[in-house]
Amino acid sequence: MKRVLPLQLGRSVLVIFFAFPIVFMLISSFKPDAQIFADLTSLKAILPVGDISLDNYRGVFDRVPAERLLLNSVGISLVTVALGILINSMAAFALARMRWRGRRVVLAAIIATLIVPFETFALPLVWWVNKLPWLEVHGFHLTLTSGWLDTYHVQILPFVANAFSIYLFFQYFSSIPVELDEAARMDGAGWFGIYRRVVMPLSGPAIATVAILTFLPAWNSYLWPLMVVQSEDLRPVMVGIQYFFQLNVSWGQIMAYASMITVPVLVLFVAFQRAFIGSIASAGVKG
Amino acid sequence: MSATTAPRRVAEQAIPRQVRTANARSRETLIGAAMASPAVILLAVFFLVPVALAFGLAFTNARLISPRPPHFVGADNFIRLFGDSFFWASLRNTAYFAVVVVPVQAGLALVLALLANAKVRGTNFFRTVYFAPVVTSMVVISLLWRFIYQPDGLLNQIISAVTFGHSHGTDWLNNPTTAMPAIMFMSVWQAVGFHMIIWLAGLQTIPRDLYEAASLDGASAWKTFTHVTWPSLRATRTFILITITIGALSLFTQISVMTQGGPLDRTTTVVFMAVRAGYEQQSTGYAAAVSLVFFVLVLTVSGVQRFLTREKA
Repeated sequence: MKRVLPLQLGRSVLVIFFAFPIVFMLISSFKPDAQIFADLTSLKAILPVGDISLDNYRGVFDRVPAERLLLNSVGISLVTVALGILINSMAAFALARMRWRGRRVVLAAIIATLIVPFETFALPLVWWVNKLPWLEVHGFHLTLTSGWLDTYHVQILPFVANAFSIYLFFQYFSSIPVELDEAARMDGAGWFGIYRRVVMPLSGPAIATVAILTFLPAWNSYLWPLMVVQSEDLRPVMVGIQYFFQLNVSWGQIMAYASMITVPVLVLFVAFQRAFIGSIASAGVKG
Repeated sequence: MSATTAPRRVAEQAIPRQVRTANARSRETLIGAAMASPAVILLAVFFLVPVALAFGLAFTNARLISPRPPHFVGADNFIRLFGDSFFWASLRNTAYFAVVVVPVQAGLALVLALLANAKVRGTNFFRTVYFAPVVTSMVVISLLWRFIYQPDGLLNQIISAVTFGHSHGTDWLNNPTTAMPAIMFMSVWQAVGFHMIIWLAGLQTIPRDLYEAASLDGASAWKTFTHVTWPSLRATRTFILITITIGALSLFTQISVMTQGGPLDRTTTVVFMAVRAGYEQQSTGYAAAVSLVFFVLVLTVSGVQRFLTREKA
């Protein structure tokens, strides 16, 4: 029993250490600039006291097209997650439950890509996407354009297929009994029917893991959109930060914007805490 | 990797042999390839091609936006690179960051994991709080700490409060000696929760009876750690070492938001240099050369780590 007290004490000090900056950000987002600095010298820094208002949030909307940035990020993240679940699970299904030639080579090649960080080919990728063609639809007119810079799809398509997602689905699908496939086949189901009605409905946890692991980097992406998207209308939230360091810097507004783009993720995290931590831990057992 | 063999066995049992006509098999090949193809095509276009381009473009004068096709220039980019003092500064800073952050972060994460693994109340809460910075974007974290590190920011206020005004700290991010350590401290703060979870997953695979045996033998807490816990974490250790190292070598966002490589080039990194060359200066060829050096660096370091931590059987 005597060891519990110092342990709990140590853990509590660490809680303060990890929570303090984030709490400070949330609290400061409601305070005027002058008060943020004045409160720094005391515990008031993390207490919602004094001149509390939503002024900073109003200021954010005046300074940047915040609703546009948020909408862009929501759209880009959701489409990336949805396409990622579909395409990666289909590939994993074909690899885990079907027999076809070249299957093992494809699986080995996909796993081999896991060790290469995005940063090694990000710059050549910028050059490359600037050369890619795209079909634009205007009513009944199709126009072939070239160059993907400054579009939504350049922020989505490179991140849809993901070797790690395929690997996670592959592992999960391999644990589902194959007898279920046979039973479905007796009932006249084809391969796609087995995928859609048998395997996918049983794969909730794998789908949740892939959704979380796709959503976080999509929402948080910074380096890539910084390089490939120039127009304000198409930019995601993280790149929007730049606007706050032009002209007069208002830390109250920065804290408000930072809170706006962080709180949704933190709420999701707290609500699905187990799934988040489990998903991210699953990234650790791949070795 | 045993994962590749087990499912094959399963799949072979899937259909009784007599049902497997040649027709059904070619259908299976067709559908299987069709279902895998969207992912395979996307990986080819957005992974294989750019990796190959990194190798190819490094030997050309390609520019991001240029009407003329790239020209082969041999090793010119590499000759320029090795004579560029900015490159050596970037390499030095990246190495400095990795050498400090890798052991500190791995060690601190293990301490946190041991604390969080103790069977006492509130573990779930602690784990959640330690983990919160991991799900928060690095851009937001960097902004927040930029404020903390300001001359009149939070850190200096705390310093002058606890020293009763005798010390006022420094302009952390504009002081050449403190800029990089400040970024290191923040980076560890942000990512340590992630590796705590990985250590925890490793700790939970250690069989309980090993600890019971140790306590029957009257082993001290330290002895139990060095003889039971540490040896059982071999695979976890390798994974943690390699992921932290690759993450550390890829340092970019913090630099971009907090210092832009300054002061006096003390915080430029290899990836930051690649982005500056390829995006801001639009010289894709030169950036590809930097990327290639980065690629070799990552492969070499993780290869060496894998070799040093290999199973000695």
